[in-house]
Amino acid sequence: MRRVVITGTGMVSPLGCGTEVSWARLLDGHNAARQVTEFQVDDLPAKIACRLPFGDGSEGTFNPDDWMEPKEQRKVDDFIIYAMAASEMALKDADWHPKTDEDQIATGVMIGSGIGGLEGIVEGGITLRDRGPRRLSPFFIPGRLINLASGQVSIRHKLRGPNHSVVTACSTGAHAIGDAARLIGLGDADVMVAGGTESPISRIALAGFAACKALSTRHNDDPKKASRPYDKDRDGFVMGEGAGIVVLEELEHALARGARIYAEVVGYGMSGDAYHITAPSEDGDGAYRCMKMALKRAGLEPSDIDYINAHGTSTMADTIELGAVERLLGDHAGNVSMSSTKSAIGHLLGAAGAVEAIFCILAIRDNIAPPTLNLDNPSVETKIDLVPHAARKRKIDVALSNSFGFGGTNASLVLRRYEN
Amino acid sequence: MSDVAERVKKIVIDHLGVDAEKVTEGASFIDDLGADSLDTVELVMAFEEEFGVEIPDDAADSILTVGDAVKFIEKAQA
Repeated sequence: MRRVVITGTGMVSPLGCGTEVSWARLLDGHNAARQVTEFQVDDLPAKIACRLPFGDGSEGTFNPDDWMEPKEQRKVDDFIIYAMAASEMALKDADWHPKTDEDQIATGVMIGSGIGGLEGIVEGGITLRDRGPRRLSPFFIPGRLINLASGQVSIRHKLRGPNHSVVTACSTGAHAIGDAARLIGLGDADVMVAGGTESPISRIALAGFAACKALSTRHNDDPKKASRPYDKDRDGFVMGEGAGIVVLEELEHALARGARIYAEVVGYGMSGDAYHITAPSEDGDGAYRCMKMALKRAGLEPSDIDYINAHGTSTMADTIELGAVERLLGDHAGNVSMSSTKSAIGHLLGAAGAVEAIFCILAIRDNIAPPTLNLDNPSVETKIDLVPHAARKRKIDVALSNSFGFGGTNASLVLRRYEN
Repeated sequence: MSDVAERVKKIVIDHLGVDAEKVTEGASFIDDLGADSLDTVELVMAFEEEFGVEIPDDAADSILTVGDAVKFIEKAQA
């Protein structure tokens, strides 16, 4: 297969609008969790979330009007707006603005979302029930469909190559990047805009995820303590929102135009647990096989891994993933740093894998592992450095990013410092 | 400009995000104001809502300009 590199990144995260501002705040130990005040939460078990820092666009705040005209925003759910913002940043970062037929046709889009326009579907249902079918907007369907993130981005930037979308719950972002890289590897496209986007923070999503016992409910009064992967006092994830988008490019294509190369996508693994709809298999076998496959694809050994961005949602499943990683690493465990950046930004669901892959790329670029916040009392002993509290400077050439989703769907990406 | 025309104009400005001076009586939603076919469906729904009238689909198909909408609504309200 042809080699695939990353030449652009874009991000809207609870830490900021933009890759660099989010990364800088992540390394500084910022924590985005807060109480939700935008809608009624008093009757919900989980009253906290990691919202985007909305504002006028200055100082890392996110102003939707900077990325999509207000009249267009009305027609779509927020996950599409976030994708538009992060995609525009990524294309600008990659300095890739295809104008010719050839370049436009060689560039595709693969942006996924875990649940898409949930809130809009709720509102549409209420309109239908209370006011009848004639009051349902013509934009109800195209504003909610998950693949309309890819569709809208392709229309905006005239990207006429493969137009695809991924829906694999919390593995979406990783699957999107892995699948898009594969399309380039196989020659279906030379450039792909790929990643994940999610705007779940709503009454129905908080109620729904709380109903399946996935959310933290014991830290409502102290939100910044709520997301605490591997810690004894963890009790569920904190919902986040945002989008992470990368520009993937065939190596020779990138070199020919003198593009700046962040890292190479060298490995991609997938597996299914075939076990339970929300819980990972207790032996961690799905996670293990997924990482193993990604390494095999990369032609690397477990001993080549320097940093792992864990799925680490701050649920009981953290230790299952940790066990699978220890099994994978064996004697090499003591040389690896593994952190969960969900401790700072919460769980971005379908966007998580993409945002976290970008953090891996930057960890390689800057030779630094971002921290796992709130890891006061690890619930297990491990030789793996879980990077508690503060970022750690260290050599990072190879990073692995894990994402595991409801339904038992697993994805791992292996990213490597680019070398000729 | 009549009361109906003023209210129609406001709806068009809000929904299509266009400058007020472009919203003349003869302005075509699609050709002059940048609407697509889905925008026109939504505009018709907004007119129905604002004026409490029903605009059947075949009538909606013949409402192509700001003036067409004003005429239809004034007639429906008469």
